[in-house]
Amino acid sequence: MSELSIVLNGEPRRVPASVTLEQLLAGLGLDPRGVVVELNRQIVRRPALAATPLKDGDAIELVHFVGGG
Amino acid sequence: MAELLTGPDTGLDTPLVIAGQSFRSRLFVGTGKYRSNEQMVAAIEASGAECVTVAVRRVDLDRRQETGILHHLDPAKYFLLANTAGCYSADEAIRYARLAREAGFNEFVKLEVIGDQETLLPDVEGLLLAARQLVREGFAVLAYTNDDLITALRLEQAGCAAVMPLASPIGSGLGLLNPYSIRTIKRRLGVPVIVDAGVGTASDACLVMEQGVDGILLNTALAEAQDPVSMARAMGLATEAGRLAFLAGRMPKRESAVPSTPVKGMVS
Repeated sequence: MSELSIVLNGEPRRVPASVTLEQLLAGLGLDPRGVVVELNRQIVRRPALAATPLKDGDAIELVHFVGGG
Repeated sequence: MAELLTGPDTGLDTPLVIAGQSFRSRLFVGTGKYRSNEQMVAAIEASGAECVTVAVRRVDLDRRQETGILHHLDPAKYFLLANTAGCYSADEAIRYARLAREAGFNEFVKLEVIGDQETLLPDVEGLLLAARQLVREGFAVLAYTNDDLITALRLEQAGCAAVMPLASPIGSGLGLLNPYSIRTIKRRLGVPVIVDAGVGTASDACLVMEQGVDGILLNTALAEAQDPVSMARAMGLATEAGRLAFLAGRMPKRESAVPSTPVKGMVS
């Protein structure tokens, strides 16, 4: 299988097999220092991003700070 | 940052300390709903606030426009207080608090667990559950609550670093609806009391501070003012005026007049 189905910020997406969270962020043009990553409801700390490969069916949330009261 | 006229440096007031973090300004401001990021930055600057609230939301992956607030607001200059706005259960609020902490700025969270979409009033049962859990996890919890003394006392017992009763509902601008409740909460709690939500204009902020509370948090009153920068300055001044008037101690109210000019020495 050369592609995985994931859910990224609530939207279904297909990504190449064996891609890591770090590569996913890089592909999206996101600086890991400005994003918090949650994988299947578990926070993945920055140092672990490169060592975390995606699996079929993973649900990923990428969040950051926005304006609020 | 706008200069404080009556802040701790002047000897007229002491700093506000929450969970070991010291603030010179007693005005906290939100960062939501401004017409532009430039306007938001200018208003926050004019308010004199050191603590600003932010929210946790998904990164917008489609638009390449920067929605992240830290591209506009310098995190070295302001203390970032993340909220859990929009959360309707304890579990959801805990999840958002953990995400916020992971951003790496501090352990503080402005905890909101909302119970009703129309009024945005808090779900106090969920709030207490979430507060206890987050305190166990080492958060400094500032809990947004209603103006009920018993809930405020329970939040303090739960280990909250500050309790944040509302003046009136979020975004309503109705001002301080129950000064008695706010005074009672302040009198009975040992932790700082920050009035959050409902302040609409400068006189509201002044009246809130005259009750003796430790600070105010507001957002919509600035963002929806015709001129947010001027309103921000007005709110900063009103917060200081109300605080100083409280510290000064007001004269008693009387039902009859007392002349302020000598009655002796009148010509006849």
